[in-house]
Amino acid sequence: MKELSTINNKQSTSPAIICKELTKQFGNFIAVNKISFEVATGEIFGFLGANGAGKTTAMRMLCGLSFPSSGEATVAGFNVYKQQEKIKKNIGYMSQKFSLYENLTVKENIRFYGGVYGLSDKQLKEKTEELINKLGMQDQLNKMVGELPLGWKQKLSFSVAIIHEPKIVFLDEPTGGVDPVTRRQFWDLIYDAAARGITVFVTTHYMDEAEYCNRISIMVDGKVEALDSPANLKHRFNATSMDEVFYQLARGAKRSAD
Amino acid sequence: MKQLLVFIRKEFYHVFRDRRTLLILFGLPVVQIILFGYALTSEVKNLNIAVVDYSKDIATQKITGKIQASEYFHMQPAIMGYDAMNKAFKEAKIKCAVVFPQNFYGDLLHTNKSQVQIIADASDPNTAKTLVNYLTAIINQYQQELNANNTTPFQIKTEMRMLYNPEMNGSMNFVPGVIALIFMIVCTTLTSVSVVKEKELGTMEILLVSPFKPVMVLVAKAFPYLILSLVNFILILLLSVFLLDMPIRGNLLLLFAESTLFIITCLSLGLMISNITTSQQTAMLFSMMGMMLPTLLFTGFIFPLENMPVPLQVISHVVPARWYYIIVKSVMLKGLGFASVWKETLILSGMTVFLLFMSLKKFKIRLA
Repeated sequence: MKELSTINNKQSTSPAIICKELTKQFGNFIAVNKISFEVATGEIFGFLGANGAGKTTAMRMLCGLSFPSSGEATVAGFNVYKQQEKIKKNIGYMSQKFSLYENLTVKENIRFYGGVYGLSDKQLKEKTEELINKLGMQDQLNKMVGELPLGWKQKLSFSVAIIHEPKIVFLDEPTGGVDPVTRRQFWDLIYDAAARGITVFVTTHYMDEAEYCNRISIMVDGKVEALDSPANLKHRFNATSMDEVFYQLARGAKRSAD
Repeated sequence: MKQLLVFIRKEFYHVFRDRRTLLILFGLPVVQIILFGYALTSEVKNLNIAVVDYSKDIATQKITGKIQASEYFHMQPAIMGYDAMNKAFKEAKIKCAVVFPQNFYGDLLHTNKSQVQIIADASDPNTAKTLVNYLTAIINQYQQELNANNTTPFQIKTEMRMLYNPEMNGSMNFVPGVIALIFMIVCTTLTSVSVVKEKELGTMEILLVSPFKPVMVLVAKAFPYLILSLVNFILILLLSVFLLDMPIRGNLLLLFAESTLFIITCLSLGLMISNITTSQQTAMLFSMMGMMLPTLLFTGFIFPLENMPVPLQVISHVVPARWYYIIVKSVMLKGLGFASVWKETLILSGMTVFLLFMSLKKFKIRLA
């Protein structure tokens, strides 16, 4: 179900993200070292790497949270140096940390984030209804988010991150600590978003999730060491699972901590 | 604009749903006002007093008898003469003294006027003031008794001397200081904690990725506390007027305008603290301890600034609360207008602009 929609989009539009030798240096430490890749519109792009490989730094540059030291990048067609404000309007972001307010209700959270992205009252009302129906949370609408189980929080978090229909959504390890069933449901939401044309840029530690991506890149010590579809990668590394591919690449890593 | 309103509404939800915040916001001021202004002005009882009587006539003996009978005073009979009295003051054996000059009753009979001196140890200003009030009341009472069966009224003039603290910095002067202290603690703590909380939770990152302007995040964070602090200010004024019998002699509008300025100063300080701290605990510690001590020490409402070593006096000039304290004292207690506090207002405005500019600038740097 995933392949069709993305391949169609890939040919028709320009890439959602283009990176050329993107670099971030902190003093002598090169966190991200000349990474280059393209992400097609509507694609689910897995961004893998061990802890400290530079994933989060790279992602922050693409989100407009930090300036690159050198190199070029465009996100949704906008330059990461000069057009950060425009980028911000066209992307959604879900961080590792749970990012909804626990002492606001489900409805208040949706209205807050929708409001921050400038949705009108009418749009907000429609979106809230649509989102609640999709997640089956009608009964939880006026519950404090803090009272929800983690799985629901994550799903809600993702839905809120794309409430303004961004062109690209960045997910930073979105399924940490969630059980496999909920993870599967979470990925259904991701496919659904991709089918609507939203490009998904996701980092993860779970190799089974890597398999769900259209293409994945694997970062080791600040560099992109491999980039292809999961099937091609397995073939190239002569591996039976993504786990093995990752292990072969990450084994050579010198950095460890984040 | 609508985005800002959405944000501010969210902040209000946070405040009203967090018991801890509400407690700091509204509990702290009530406790402080009561502690400083009320509980510390303790009832005076059995305080040592000396009567130095150079006249020794019916009138002085009558008054002395009245003082002796009062439950507030404990007579020290051994003290005779001015020098002995001074010595007793220095050794803290007595808290106050009444001095009758020679020929007290004679003056009263012949000129209808007489003088009596009340001397009090004002190093504890609250007690001193209470004592003087009691003594004056006793003397007035005697005067009325005399006048009751007399056609030409007698006048006993009481002259007061406050030893060690002639300005009588007392409970009245506590209140402006406490107001400054409350704003300093409440505003800085709550803003810094509420910004740092978003950093800690990770929601700040989401906000920074959103098209919402970072500067607006700070505005939205500070705005509810500005409103709530003004509400707080009304509460404090009500407490002061009805519980502590404080007068508000000056222009109320001016008082509010100046307070708004000081609240903004404190809020910017809070934002500044939120820029340099990353956990709620550090932010709280910074705001509470870091602000409380300088405010207590260098505002001048507990320890007179004039008595401090010069370096400390110099330091006191950078403490915003010092200037606000002077303003509130002038407007509230002395009933002065803007013309007499414009200099302090200017200094405070300068500090506010500086702090606000610095915190906004630092906030932007952190983004890049």
